[in-house]
Amino acid sequence: MSGMNEDEKERQRRQRMRSLAIGLALAALVALFYVATIVRLGGNVMNRPI
Amino acid sequence: MQGTSADTNLGHVGPVSGSNVGDFVQLLKPRVMSLVVFTALTGMVAAPGAIHPVLGVIALLAIAIGAGAAGALNMWYDADIDARMARTAARPIPRGRLTADEALTFGSVLSVFSILTLGVLINWTAGVLLAITIAFYLFIYTMWLKRLTPQNIVIGGAAGSFPPMIGWAAVTGSVSIDSVLMFLIIFVWTPPHFWALALYRCRDYERVGVPMLPVVAGPTETRRQIWLYSLVLVPLAMLPSAIGLAGITYAVSSAVLGAIFLYLAWRVRKITEGREGDAAAKQLFAFSILYLFLLFAVILGEHAVARLMA
Repeated sequence: MSGMNEDEKERQRRQRMRSLAIGLALAALVALFYVATIVRLGGNVMNRPI
Repeated sequence: MQGTSADTNLGHVGPVSGSNVGDFVQLLKPRVMSLVVFTALTGMVAAPGAIHPVLGVIALLAIAIGAGAAGALNMWYDADIDARMARTAARPIPRGRLTADEALTFGSVLSVFSILTLGVLINWTAGVLLAITIAFYLFIYTMWLKRLTPQNIVIGGAAGSFPPMIGWAAVTGSVSIDSVLMFLIIFVWTPPHFWALALYRCRDYERVGVPMLPVVAGPTETRRQIWLYSLVLVPLAMLPSAIGLAGITYAVSSAVLGAIFLYLAWRVRKITEGREGDAAAKQLFAFSILYLFLLFAVILGEHAVARLMA
């Protein structure tokens, strides 16, 4: 947008970075819980009746 | 109303509104966090038994985030006085980099997530201890004692003393005399450490009305108290070898480091005037950080070597 001043562009850039950081943190949390579950279950993860 | 950030204009957003990620990282007090991680790691390595390395890293991460969250909540509540103290004026809220509400939300969310993560993925003894740490730092120290009594950091110091106990609990699921001793070492170390700083930052605290000991009782009494606490701290810090928590390297290190600590504390007591007085307090403050770091480093090193040799 040509009318957008520098401050607004900077604000939007920071907003994007914050959103990205929140997204990455949530993804990391999902990965963390997944890995911890596998580690805690160990070999038993495959041990279930079919 | 004193103490709340909502009634101040702090956190006012400047011409370029919107905080960046770095501001939020600063809220976590990364330097304090690094000491927390280090002492928690020592507790984990010194504890009997083993923890899966992945779970160990997750536990450390949760403890670090929890400690950082407590720091963010502290900055939210103390934004009014932070703005008027040289040491803290550059923090994100006083500088207008982010709002007090953002800090409150950030700290609250991270507190809940870190406690739940530690509780669910590691064990609830560690989770509850982390919750107590955060609650103690926010409610007991920051909100209640800090602006009320010169004993603020004596009692509030407990919050900073919990990490090795949490690390220990992450491995064993329990609390023991060894982990309580690590807690006590940091607990008794805190007053001489902070009072040495307060001696030469006295005017800052006086201006914002925080009743640190030098402000309320005067520098002479503060110097006496530093000396008395040092006399308790040094023998206490030598106990880990006596109860089998640490070995001979620690026994020698704690004796040598303790002697230096006592010498510097004695200088603080004796040199009371002018620049030399300030310099003695600064020396003790700087050495106190090294002292605690080295004590825990030796415990960590001894246990790490023992595990590698086993």
